[in-house]
Amino acid sequence: MQAELRNITKRFGATVANEAVNLTIRPGEVLGLLGENGAGKSTLMNVLCGLYAPTAGEIVLDGKPVVFDGPGDAIRAGIGMVHQHFMLVPVFTVTENVVLGEEPVGPVDHLDRKTARAKVAEISDRYGLHVDPGALVETLPVGVQQRVEILKVLFRSADVLILDEPTAVLTPQEVDEFFKIVRALRDAGKALVFITHKLNEILEIADRISVIRRGKIVGEGDPKQMTRQDLAEMMVGHPVDFRIKRAEFAPKEVILDVSGLTVLRANREVAVNDVSLNVRSGEIVGIAGVQGNGQSALIEALTGLRPVAAGRVTFDGTDITHASVRARHAMGIAHIPEDRQRRGLIVNFTVAENMVLDSYYDRRFSGGAAIDWARVRQSTAEVVEAYDVRTQSVASAAGTLSGGNQQKLVVARELSRDTRLVIAGQPTRGLDVGSIVYIHERLIAARDEGDGILMVSSELDEILALSDRILVMFKGRVVAEFDAYAEDTDKRRIGLAMAGVAA
Amino acid sequence: MDKAMHGRLLGRTEVEDLIIVPLFAFIAALALGALTMLATRVDLATIGQSYVALLHGSVGSLNALSETLTAATPLVLAGLGLALGFRAGLFNIGAEGQIVIGGLACVIFAFSFDGLPGVILMPASLLAGALAGACYASIAGYLRAATGAHEVISTIMLNLISYRLLDYALRLPYVQKEGRADPISKSVPEAAELPRLLTALDPNLRVHAGVFLALLAVALVWWLLFRAKLGFEFRASGENPDAARYAGMNAGLIIVLAMGLAGALAGLAGANQVMGVLGRATPGFSAGIGFDAIAVALLGRSHPVGVLLAGLLFGALEAGGRQMQVEAGVSIDLIGIIQALIIVFIAAPLLVRALFPWGFRRKRAGS
Repeated sequence: MQAELRNITKRFGATVANEAVNLTIRPGEVLGLLGENGAGKSTLMNVLCGLYAPTAGEIVLDGKPVVFDGPGDAIRAGIGMVHQHFMLVPVFTVTENVVLGEEPVGPVDHLDRKTARAKVAEISDRYGLHVDPGALVETLPVGVQQRVEILKVLFRSADVLILDEPTAVLTPQEVDEFFKIVRALRDAGKALVFITHKLNEILEIADRISVIRRGKIVGEGDPKQMTRQDLAEMMVGHPVDFRIKRAEFAPKEVILDVSGLTVLRANREVAVNDVSLNVRSGEIVGIAGVQGNGQSALIEALTGLRPVAAGRVTFDGTDITHASVRARHAMGIAHIPEDRQRRGLIVNFTVAENMVLDSYYDRRFSGGAAIDWARVRQSTAEVVEAYDVRTQSVASAAGTLSGGNQQKLVVARELSRDTRLVIAGQPTRGLDVGSIVYIHERLIAARDEGDGILMVSSELDEILALSDRILVMFKGRVVAEFDAYAEDTDKRRIGLAMAGVAA
Repeated sequence: MDKAMHGRLLGRTEVEDLIIVPLFAFIAALALGALTMLATRVDLATIGQSYVALLHGSVGSLNALSETLTAATPLVLAGLGLALGFRAGLFNIGAEGQIVIGGLACVIFAFSFDGLPGVILMPASLLAGALAGACYASIAGYLRAATGAHEVISTIMLNLISYRLLDYALRLPYVQKEGRADPISKSVPEAAELPRLLTALDPNLRVHAGVFLALLAVALVWWLLFRAKLGFEFRASGENPDAARYAGMNAGLIIVLAMGLAGALAGLAGANQVMGVLGRATPGFSAGIGFDAIAVALLGRSHPVGVLLAGLLFGALEAGGRQMQVEAGVSIDLIGIIQALIIVFIAAPLLVRALFPWGFRRKRAGS
């Protein structure tokens, strides 16, 4: 089925999310939709899948104009969306999740599991999804859960599949696997839209690329004739320099020394298993690994948020194994948490309140029991300026800032004081190119000034771009170490280590 | 509201949330209350008469105002405590028990130190009530911080325990009034009583110095929440406990302190009742104030000024309700129904918006 968006405009009040967008999605083809966060990709696709009614323009399916009154209509018309955030019931089986809402029922509302299961298995086999229909969803790896989402869409006989940032949660190997499935679907005649902001992926998988910026289609083309640089320029609107200038690698003394560290999860499972590592002054140590292999627990233990079960952590010669969060903070350890909205910020608090979230008690801001808000606002205004946080005022709620500016706010708070060690978790997840480059520059600047930096990231590109040394975590252990400057350090070898295959 | 403190005017949305929604909720509750009366075969004239009586009994005379303020004072005090807890993310159902324990401790302290001059005895008795309430509430706070026991459950249980503790204490020879067979405590010495304010005008006017206590508490809670370090920690923990922990705040300590302060304010409400209105402790002297205070805190959006206004409204409803009963012969339970309806409408702002569409700016499509 061919789907066309003709002159689609979508306004929310005075803001224009999409303006006169024309897009054709053809069967047997993967259309890559490239754009930064906030460029209007999701709004456009939400129009296509019936969540939003367009302000102007029309949707045409196989030559016939259609009007969707809600997502149900779009699904019945054969348009299915695989959301970035999975919408699965963890304690249900694959089959139960897939048929949810469309259950085959026998007499007296009896759920016909046998038919359901057979149908799910049949679809899974037809497109090479390799999913066990009887498995509990919560026991499945993320990559397989994603295939369950695809199964859900296929079960509802979708001919047009919209994949929203599908690779965000996958390892490089899983991405390869996923691309095989996408190609199988394409070859079976499905029309696919692949939404992403990752340049390499879109060049690899798309048959045709449309770039969206500020709600408009600003470029279209054939991936075979386009380069990464072209696409980045189109997406951002100006030339982008991916190379960040950095001082020569000259690490000095060891600043963070971790030996034999073991950390448990709340359910007593081992999250971090006998990890030893060190970070030197003036170097960036990148920890690569698929999410859920103990990186979060490692960071929490190093920042004092999670108790250490065994092992020892020394910072600059002082034992801090059991030091409090605040004590570590006072020693010059900065922490950029991996989830800015849940852990780094309070979205309903103002920018100023967020800026002093971990320093409000400091003598600079409070004499006695009260906080001197005038001084806080003034200091915040300075830092906001210095770190280019775009906000209406320091009294705006942090939640009103864009994702990139929210993260800049966190980075500004953590780096604007005297730091010696920076612990950063997923520092650029979900950000636009401009903010990513900015935050990378700041981290490198901190390194050049002699800070030690420990960075966890599941984006291998980010690890490779920033790190001086790369460690790979798998199932709670550090399973490999790479010298970022060595000739044979590449994505493939690191990817294998991430998957637990000894390098 | 906390945005206003940063020097920004209230936006249209805030005005709608804070003023228009409660106003319409009140109107809708009165209308439904009238329908309820109709359904129970009260004729229209009586309904009209009863609402006139409600107005008359709450603000229609000096005595009515005095009764409104008397009823509002403990609601404001306990409501402030609950609001503090809500801000810190704690849903404290235990104000009732904290009022009982605070009031009881206050009475016992006051008659135990009979003979001390009033300037010492009165504040010390208030303090005894506040401390006892704080300690009692801290039990739930500690259980939450140390074991994760949910405060909703533990405070409800502590309420039940407090009633039985009161029954038991009132039978103790030390506490029970001499020569009485029924459970009733000795009286608060006159020196410790909160002075009535308007007896010069009319000896029956019951409004007492607790009103100033409540106003002082409003100012203090406002300062604590929006100016003090501790209040910043409370609000941070309430808005986003993870972020507060990540910023190095001590979650357990904050929980215990927030519960303790909430209990202190509820204990003060109890002390206010025994020292200003009742003069002694009797079974059930708390009279459900701790539960009404939950509604007051919710209606006031956990803002000290909002709590003050909501407390006055509920005080007015209570005082007016009594007059309704006297003048129109309508059951006082109707006031309970109207109070409950107000809360239902407040809790469902979308319903209010749908009922009174012209009061609100039109919602932007899709946003």
